[in-house]
Amino acid sequence: MAWTRDQMAARAGKELKDGFYVNLGIGIPTLVANHVPPGISVQFHSENGMLGMGPFPFEGEEDPDLINAGKQTVTVLPTTSFFDSATSFAMIRGGHIQISILGALQVAENGDLANWAIPGKMVKGMGGAMDLVAGVPRVVVLMEHTAGGKAKILKTCNLPLTGAGVVNLIITDLGVFEVARPGLTLIDIAPEVTIDEIKSKTEAGFTVSPELQKRTAA
Amino acid sequence: MAVSKIYPDAKAALAGLLHDGMTIMSGGFGLCGIPSVLIEAIRDSGVKNLTVVSNNAGIDDVGLGLLLKTRQIKKMISSYVGENKTFAEQYLAGELEIEFNPQGTLAERIRAGGAGVPAFFTRTGAGTDVAKGKEEREFDGKKYVMEKGLRADLSVIHAWKGDTEGNLVYRMSARNFNPVMATAGNVTVVQVEHLVEAGELDPDHIVTPGIFVQRIVHPASIDKRIEQRTTRPKT
Repeated sequence: MAWTRDQMAARAGKELKDGFYVNLGIGIPTLVANHVPPGISVQFHSENGMLGMGPFPFEGEEDPDLINAGKQTVTVLPTTSFFDSATSFAMIRGGHIQISILGALQVAENGDLANWAIPGKMVKGMGGAMDLVAGVPRVVVLMEHTAGGKAKILKTCNLPLTGAGVVNLIITDLGVFEVARPGLTLIDIAPEVTIDEIKSKTEAGFTVSPELQKRTAA
Repeated sequence: MAVSKIYPDAKAALAGLLHDGMTIMSGGFGLCGIPSVLIEAIRDSGVKNLTVVSNNAGIDDVGLGLLLKTRQIKKMISSYVGENKTFAEQYLAGELEIEFNPQGTLAERIRAGGAGVPAFFTRTGAGTDVAKGKEEREFDGKKYVMEKGLRADLSVIHAWKGDTEGNLVYRMSARNFNPVMATAGNVTVVQVEHLVEAGELDPDHIVTPGIFVQRIVHPASIDKRIEQRTTRPKT
């Protein structure tokens, strides 16, 4: 049985460590904020110029001056700081943010990531995604395994790249891959999903970690 | 006595600064911290063939969306324009040019422009379409892309409080691109929510020093919109 969006976010939450500064992308990655493991403390960074992002406000307490990078109303925490966009990206490009968790249209087995454009169709722009994948040392992709029945984990991306060789970990509704460079290693799998099913839905080649081999053979 | 930086309204604050074909930087992120009153005055002036540098393009009836509707913009330099339908229509019809910059590259290009730095190297975009046609160089075994500093004929920005000297402070996430754009306009015009006398702001807390601000307008009211109203239930 495939993981739900919340279960995927919970799996991604395990990548967070105490004291991390964390950037979450739009979509499923936003849910990771609800799955910070107990006993650890992290600060969420928002590209528009905020560190220490709090939860959504109570109804009636929304403030147009207080939004996240998804343009959603948020709140402040005792740890919050505000800064300009150049400083915000100095944090990103300068390697001060420990982990970036974001969505993807395609990921290739060499860690290439495409998530910003579909030529002739989607003309939205890359926002901060290119800076994040270039500057943050650990990049985690959180996405559905396939889109409309088509594989998203490929030998080579055919959409315009967001970054070349930048992805470290891929979490889908079916399993988790480490980008080992060269090649992908499947390290975790959703309950009742088989390795054969993952193979049939993944264009890229991958190996299976010894630990997972043992687990699935048992 | 020094010439006053205070102008009675947005139209007066922009008088003599607008001409067809010029480049304008416009602060804000989404609809947060945008110079909404100054944008309306630019629309009313009828100036056209504008190149506008702004992280986003507003929404259909708010912010830069107003200038798209009237077709006063020829080209946008932005990082994300996903919320504007007019934009998508005009772009797909070939009526509007767009130069997408990664958001951090855009911010740094503006910072560099304002600081007199003609170009810099960044990892962002290396190995992607963004690097096409640009000089690349290797530092410590990694590829970097050369990006150029960016300036504008005019910067229009929004601040929370300003004093008569032009010293500015911002409020929460409405700061965003405003302070860097203040430095990169040949002339910078600010709309402030509160205007105070010089000396009333704590000098230690000033974010934009008045040297970067030439003209100030204090509109009677500024309509601040929320793009995505998200809330949680009271427990």
